[in-house]
Amino acid sequence: MSNVVISVENLSKEYRLGQIGTGTLSRDINVWWAKVRGNANPMLRLGETDHGNRAGESLWALKDVSFTVEQGEALGIIGRNGAGKSTLLKILSRVTAPTSGRVKVKGRIASLLEVGTGFHPDLTGRENTYLNGAILGMTRREVHRKLDEIVAFAEIERFIDTPVKRYSSGMYVRLAFAVAAHLDPEILVVDEVLAVGDVEFQKKCLGKMGDVTHEGRTVLFVSHNMNAISSLCSSGLLFELGKLTQSGTILKVVQDYLQSAANKLDRGKVKLEIPLDAPFFIKTISICNDQGNIISSISKNDRIVIKIEGNSNIVSERNMVAIDIKNNEDNLLFRTHSIEQFRFSKDVNKLGNFTLNCIIPANLLPAGTYRVGIISALTGIRELQNLQSALEFDVYQDQLLGNQFIGSRGILTPQCEWSLEKNAN
Amino acid sequence: MGKWNPNRAINNMNSALKETLPLDKEHWDMIIEPKRNLLDLRLGELWRARDLVILFVWRDFVAFYKQTILGPLWYIIQPLLTTVVFTFIFGSVAKLPTDGLPQFLFYMSGTVVWAYFATCITNTSNTFITNSQLFGKVYFPRLAVPVSILISSLIAFVIQFVFFLGFMGYFALGGAALHPNWWILMTPVLILIMAGLGLGFGIIISALTTKYRDLRFLVTFGVTLLMYATPVILPISSFPARFQWIILANPMTPIVEIFRYAYLGGAGAVNLPDLAYSFGFMVVVVIIGTVIFNRVEATFMDTV
Repeated sequence: MSNVVISVENLSKEYRLGQIGTGTLSRDINVWWAKVRGNANPMLRLGETDHGNRAGESLWALKDVSFTVEQGEALGIIGRNGAGKSTLLKILSRVTAPTSGRVKVKGRIASLLEVGTGFHPDLTGRENTYLNGAILGMTRREVHRKLDEIVAFAEIERFIDTPVKRYSSGMYVRLAFAVAAHLDPEILVVDEVLAVGDVEFQKKCLGKMGDVTHEGRTVLFVSHNMNAISSLCSSGLLFELGKLTQSGTILKVVQDYLQSAANKLDRGKVKLEIPLDAPFFIKTISICNDQGNIISSISKNDRIVIKIEGNSNIVSERNMVAIDIKNNEDNLLFRTHSIEQFRFSKDVNKLGNFTLNCIIPANLLPAGTYRVGIISALTGIRELQNLQSALEFDVYQDQLLGNQFIGSRGILTPQCEWSLEKNAN
Repeated sequence: MGKWNPNRAINNMNSALKETLPLDKEHWDMIIEPKRNLLDLRLGELWRARDLVILFVWRDFVAFYKQTILGPLWYIIQPLLTTVVFTFIFGSVAKLPTDGLPQFLFYMSGTVVWAYFATCITNTSNTFITNSQLFGKVYFPRLAVPVSILISSLIAFVIQFVFFLGFMGYFALGGAALHPNWWILMTPVLILIMAGLGLGFGIIISALTTKYRDLRFLVTFGVTLLMYATPVILPISSFPARFQWIILANPMTPIVEIFRYAYLGGAGAVNLPDLAYSFGFMVVVVIIGTVIFNRVEATFMDTV
């Protein structure tokens, strides 16, 4: 007897694109009647050809996907938007049926595609806990037994008898997650629900989900948060355009995902889209070395110059540019604001083009690939441009040190000043 | 992805090995497949979800009167006003016959019974539309929703029914000639048939509304029209002979007639074959409805 608890066999899901039929019965009957009499479809605009469910007008959200999940496995499912992750979860949660193939499951599945499903705004927190618990598949007795635990986890003891419509969004989400986190299924399917709530609570949820996997329960987890997914899951599946393209340990899959061709960014110099009504905007961003040459990789021992060219129709102290540096796992290492160092002012700038240089000190970033995000804004008024991943560059190590134990470690490797104090006596 | 990947190779090997093992002899708790057997209605699942049904009923009941001044009184106001209006327009102004029964009671008995059927059918017919948000995110036996609607409407019916009995007592004390009789024992059967008809028609329409929204408007309108083809306002005896067949084919006719006759007596044409006809009609509609509902339930998320 094997330990396989989920077996997915040649699973496919087809969506027909566009509207199915005309949407109203009377028109469908019209079309059908015209067809019977051999007339043209009366609902078509002039010059249009018949779109009635033609072959080829479909989208395979999932195509021939097979995999197995063993008991106690924490499986992370990653992929870009539209890769089929959510469709897979929907099929596993039985919200929709597959087009072909099948899934065999051992044990009770609970799925969490959204928190707070079925909450009624007029009911109190306590009442909603019972209702939501029942919707997720708990019996009243189970909810009753766990009520205190749920309320404590959500940290809403004082408000449990207040209608949830008076809750802050944070409280609402906390209660909703708390109910879901106290389900006792053998298999838990979780969509990106952790993207909500404050950071503290997110950590708590991750902790709770970690507990779940340690208790030998099986978890399927979809997220764009590579951090969460790597810390929670042991193995991973990578989806691309409805196909399963990679499976294995989570670290390997995450790395492949981040490096996959579809995910590659430009290097060197990038032009930004110029917003229509921005009084102040960035036109290009480029990575240079100290000599001002545009480069795509740079030595760890060199300073990195990020050159930003833009245009300003107003010169205001509020003009601001910020740069995000992220590492390969998509963690934000730091954000730096131009406004920390200087302000745009009439003495220095005239209206029109400007060039900004932002220098990242040498030796700060260890060898690896980095992404640059860029933001332009009028501080305190509005954001103008925000490009999460504008371009990327490599940092390499010039020469390997003889002894690897001496090499610096960590996400950042700044050169710190060390000194030895003379003994006083 | 042309690279050779050891993990993948091992996985492939594993699955190749698994295929040679007699996997299918294992016990699987659930198999998700594209199409289900037509008659696999999963009623056991519905039974296991009875806690959910109870909570839905309770939610509907509580949410109904939260933040209202009159609260549950609304259950009574509606049929009462309808009865008053009917009594005034059809009784006093149009002077339609009521089989010799007090007009107020005649109209009230019809209205109370009809209201239960009408709420069942209109509310269940919106099952997929009003719950699409919920259905799109979590699975539970979908039939739990229409079944809970039947039960919460039943609560309203019971309240209205008790109120009706009160008026009956008042009229009896006032000397009206009322003849309650043994047909009263049929009340549970009448309720069952009404609930079944409401459910059956309601879920057939709800399944069709996932594709055709215009049916929603037809329902409210159609139910009102159907009321005039049921002896709610006019007793059967007053219908013109050439329209009698419509009245007799209507499965709700025996229900309203028997209910009125059982509690008030009078000249109602009441017999068992008519009741059996309604019952048979109900069974057929419920079966067809459940089958269609189960078909649509599997993929309706893709069309709504």
